[in-house]
Amino acid sequence: MRVTSPRMRAARRPQSRPVSTDIDEQTVVGEVYMRSLIRAQLRLGVLVLLAVGTALGGLPLLFAASPSLREAEVLGLPVPWWLLGVLAYPLVGLAAWAYVLVAERSERDFSDLVERR
Amino acid sequence: MGDEQTVIAPAVGLTAVLLVAIATLGIGSVGMRISRTTSDFYVASRAVSPRWNASAIGGEYLSAASFLGVAGLVLVGGVDMLWFPVGYTAGYLVLLALVAAPLRRSGAYTLPDFAEQRLESAVVRTAASVLVAGIGVLYLLPQLQGAGLALRLVTGAPPWAGSALVAVVVVLNVLAGGMRSITFVQAFQYWLKLTAIAVPVVFLLLAWRADGMPDPVAAAEPEARETFSVTLSEDVVVGSEVATTIGVDGTDVDLAAGGSLTLDAGTRVTVPAGVPVPHADPLPQTDGRAWALPLSSGRDHPLYVTYSLLLALFFGTMGLPHVLVRFYTNPDGRAARRTTLVVIGLLGLFYLFPPVYGALGRIYTPDLLLSDRADAVVLALPGRLLGDPWGDLVGGLVVAGAFAAFLSTSSGLVVSVAGVVSQDLLGRRRRDAHPAGRNQAVRRFRAAAVLAVAVPFLLSLASYRVGLADTVGLAFALAASTFCPLLVLGIWWPRLTAAGAIAGLAAGGGLASAAVTVTMLAGPPNGWPGALLAQPAAWTVPVAFLVMVTVSLATASSRPRHVGRTMIRLHAPEGVALSARAAASAAPSGASAAPSGETVAADRTPAP
Repeated sequence: MRVTSPRMRAARRPQSRPVSTDIDEQTVVGEVYMRSLIRAQLRLGVLVLLAVGTALGGLPLLFAASPSLREAEVLGLPVPWWLLGVLAYPLVGLAAWAYVLVAERSERDFSDLVERR
Repeated sequence: MGDEQTVIAPAVGLTAVLLVAIATLGIGSVGMRISRTTSDFYVASRAVSPRWNASAIGGEYLSAASFLGVAGLVLVGGVDMLWFPVGYTAGYLVLLALVAAPLRRSGAYTLPDFAEQRLESAVVRTAASVLVAGIGVLYLLPQLQGAGLALRLVTGAPPWAGSALVAVVVVLNVLAGGMRSITFVQAFQYWLKLTAIAVPVVFLLLAWRADGMPDPVAAAEPEARETFSVTLSEDVVVGSEVATTIGVDGTDVDLAAGGSLTLDAGTRVTVPAGVPVPHADPLPQTDGRAWALPLSSGRDHPLYVTYSLLLALFFGTMGLPHVLVRFYTNPDGRAARRTTLVVIGLLGLFYLFPPVYGALGRIYTPDLLLSDRADAVVLALPGRLLGDPWGDLVGGLVVAGAFAAFLSTSSGLVVSVAGVVSQDLLGRRRRDAHPAGRNQAVRRFRAAAVLAVAVPFLLSLASYRVGLADTVGLAFALAASTFCPLLVLGIWWPRLTAAGAIAGLAAGGGLASAAVTVTMLAGPPNGWPGALLAQPAAWTVPVAFLVMVTVSLATASSRPRHVGRTMIRLHAPEGVALSARAAASAAPSGASAAPSGETVAADRTPAP
């Protein structure tokens, strides 16, 4: 389950306590919120890893399947040297940067959501 | 050039080594004045900013395997070996995406702390402690061996001298200030290492241009550019794919294509200019084309070996004890993530350079292939390629970087292993809240530090013929088969039980250590068994996960009682006010007995 829309107005209780209290006290509501956060974060992490894993992990297969790519040269250096020696690092760096950006935003949204009275 | 006695003027090399040692101890003693309490010793009171921390992680992580080993691998195996540095870097992406923030939020000091806190079992804690010590020793071994190799090349000293020097400096440094001083030292070491690997590349490439830019791929086998002589320091079997003629103790010996020749230690081998250089036996024989193109390094089953290596490097990083302990020095989970991001940038920057040495070595230092000293290529190139004053100066810089690598990685490993050993394997675990108890904890930590250096040092005396990056690769495989499933399932899967964790650690750790032992003692057999044993991660990691999940499901009734509370603490962002968090920062290791100093740590931890 994923909490996509904070329908807090309808669900608010009379004494107006934030959901973080529910989380703290491990009520059913708190557990639902926490589980949705954990799933969202896990999904994000796995997604980033799958993307990078496919890109990097696909290279040996690509090299095995395509001799012309193995032997192609750019600026005097064979393409595999460019891919593994240089381009792999910006790829990993960009993926990490995107992950941090999205993970921090979803945590901020979550905090705002559960701290709202 | 010629004699392999020393690669640069011994006086310059020795000065460089001593300067790094003194600088390391000097910065360490500044740290000593600041570090007072036990928590300073262990995790620098968690007041280290992400930028310092990232430099320190980079400094600690770039070991002998990165500084010397990667270039040596590329010299021997060519483009396929570039997977090593890519994997070393991508391992941090896996760490970032699955482990970094929750682990920091757990508030645990060490891996065993995390294991006990999450699974509420002292047995899991002990199993994790034993594994930390094992992986630490496996990783320290190549550092000390690398130091022995390097000091010998630079000054002609016997191999044990370099290992002893590094061992002594590390012990002094760790005894002096523990983690806090180490953080400063490590941050300094990263920038020293980057300078020491990057600046010489500029000089080397200029010299290569001036030489007419010879192509490393051109020759079938690397050829001697000038006549050179090597005095072998140990017995070597050499072979060649093409017919060649080399001088052995002054007499010419013909080597037929595919033939081999046993040379005893002390033999003086001369290879005339333009003649193909034979390879030492364990090294794969590659012609220029095979060297430059992927999946043709001459190993059996290259596709399997490549994928299994990738798996070990990607998932092993998170299980290295000296990597994880650094994350506890971040102030919070968010900082832990940002630190990891910076680390990935720093590592990527560094790894652009070592392959250049490997490629140039193919042209200028083929004698290292003959004498089975490929790991020396980074140290040997400046003296070989550059003119008189520059060769020694640039060579001195490289030597300084290499020793920075040995010192920083060894220090980090010793701190983390000693922390675990002193808490869990030496003496009784208890809360040393009383000042006298606190002193006792510090004493125990120091004893453990000495022990953590002495064991791998003695082991390093036993053998000097292991490829640096290969040994490190085995440590990664062991970490990936044990701590990776423990951390990933522990953080993301509430149904993990203590019994499941223990079974998984035993299965993954047992299988991986068996493969490591066979490979290191007997050398890998040929064909599929060889490939499976030399690169075990592809089957040991899934087995470990499978066992952990299956046994956990079978023992579902014995789930940890406070798992709900633990999951909240691991995953709730800092912006959420929790009473659990207040409790967590007051007693960082939850149910476990952290070694005193908690109150100090809590004082300095920024309020969440």
